[in-house]
Amino acid sequence: MIEILFYILSAVTLGSAFLTILSKNPIHSAIWLVICFFSIAGHYALLNSQFLAMVHIIVYSGAIMILMLFTIMLMNLNISDEIAKPIVTKIIATVCFCLIGFFLVSSLAQTAPALETYTQTGVDFQTIQVLGKVLLNEFVLPFEMAAILLLMAMIGAVLISKKEKKTA
Amino acid sequence: MEEAIIIEKSVIIVAVFAITMLFAMYCTLAERKIAAWIQDRRGPNRAGPGGMLQPLADGLKLFAKEEFMPNTPNTFLFVFGPFISMTMALMTSAVIPWGDTLEIGGRKVILQAADINVAMLYVFAVLSVSVYGIMIGGWASNNKYSLISAMRVASQMISYEIAMGLSIVAILMMHSSMSLREIAAGQHEMHWNIFYQPLGFFIFLICSFAETNRTPFDLAECEQELIGGYHTEYSSMRMGFFLFAEYAAMFISSTLLAVLYLGAYNYPGMTWAAENWGENTANIIGIAVLFGKICFFIFLYMWVRWTIPRFRYDQLMNLGWKTLIPLAILNIVVTAVVLLLNR
Repeated sequence: MIEILFYILSAVTLGSAFLTILSKNPIHSAIWLVICFFSIAGHYALLNSQFLAMVHIIVYSGAIMILMLFTIMLMNLNISDEIAKPIVTKIIATVCFCLIGFFLVSSLAQTAPALETYTQTGVDFQTIQVLGKVLLNEFVLPFEMAAILLLMAMIGAVLISKKEKKTA
Repeated sequence: MEEAIIIEKSVIIVAVFAITMLFAMYCTLAERKIAAWIQDRRGPNRAGPGGMLQPLADGLKLFAKEEFMPNTPNTFLFVFGPFISMTMALMTSAVIPWGDTLEIGGRKVILQAADINVAMLYVFAVLSVSVYGIMIGGWASNNKYSLISAMRVASQMISYEIAMGLSIVAILMMHSSMSLREIAAGQHEMHWNIFYQPLGFFIFLICSFAETNRTPFDLAECEQELIGGYHTEYSSMRMGFFLFAEYAAMFISSTLLAVLYLGAYNYPGMTWAAENWGENTANIIGIAVLFGKICFFIFLYMWVRWTIPRFRYDQLMNLGWKTLIPLAILNIVVTAVVLLLNR
């Protein structure tokens, strides 16, 4: 049952990810990306991490993608507006992507043994109660650092978007 | 055992779906009747006794009307918009506890489709995604007024979601749980959250109005400025779906208000009723009480609609960002201090 769901979700994830890249219309791309995010949240739910699944939907599908769609819709981009990029840029982009892909695959291959130990112990490690305790005890410094970083980004965004007062 | 759970949950899901639809249907009638009552008119009274069959007549009319298709290259998205709106409006009902347990044939039946421990986050996830229907529909209409309306809805909903989430945090701190079932159970007898969180209740109430696009926050539907709004190009049952989704969302948000702040299915004297009349009777009264509270909030929605005029857009943004969010943060701080002192 779970295996069938996994294959369906994976097919949706990969299909929508490819369509995100292949769509000519930027808004269609964005909508495919939203579907892709949803199926990734489904993968999290299959791994029994409900918190991560919900937060993923709230942050990515709910906030980031809506703002992105918002911008694209208001800009009203057309295919004719697109700037043709030189071939060197395309090659560099492909190489960079392959490097990142290689890095991700190799780092995920490293984590496989660690995952095995988790499934064997059967300890509850992903409900919000446990996550909260871990975040505010063991990892309180990185957690607060991330909070300060986000706050700084927010203040910066407000500062940039604020209109400058005219000096009379 | 396994089959029993599947049957039980299917019955609950179908019942909740049917009740939501019925409420949304009769909300359209109630809205017109209440408007008529406030403006000293009679309201619809031709179809059936007292106009009781009016929603059916409206539905029939919507189905029978011509489906007009605007000149748009995005036919699929245009058709898909209303359906996203409708689905998202109905999805929240999955985690709402409609009552305490009922004992049927020696089995304890929990009156809730899914009791997940991140129910509150689920509600927010659905809320934040529900704007897609209007956004996609408004954009695919290929009409600049529809697009402006869709943009208004999106920015309004994003702004008010923040204050809404912050007002909920205080409740999560009080109950130390995200499960709606535990939040409901924690408000037994008269320990309703509204008495402990009056400020949070008001913030949540205002944000609920904004999230459902009801007056005074219905800037998405300005006849004077935008001809109609995001549904200008829609006709027939697709238009009906958008309107229906609005009423379904109103029902669900009334339910959330009742569950989070007005004690869900709890009522004073519930333990007494359980001791004297049996658990089942007490819990059935509880379901009736919950629906009574929901009806009260639906009435409040309509009452406000015919009382308060629309905001201007900058006033709406100022209220959301400069008043409600600071107040919600203040509410969290005060709650935290009180909880710490009472420990």
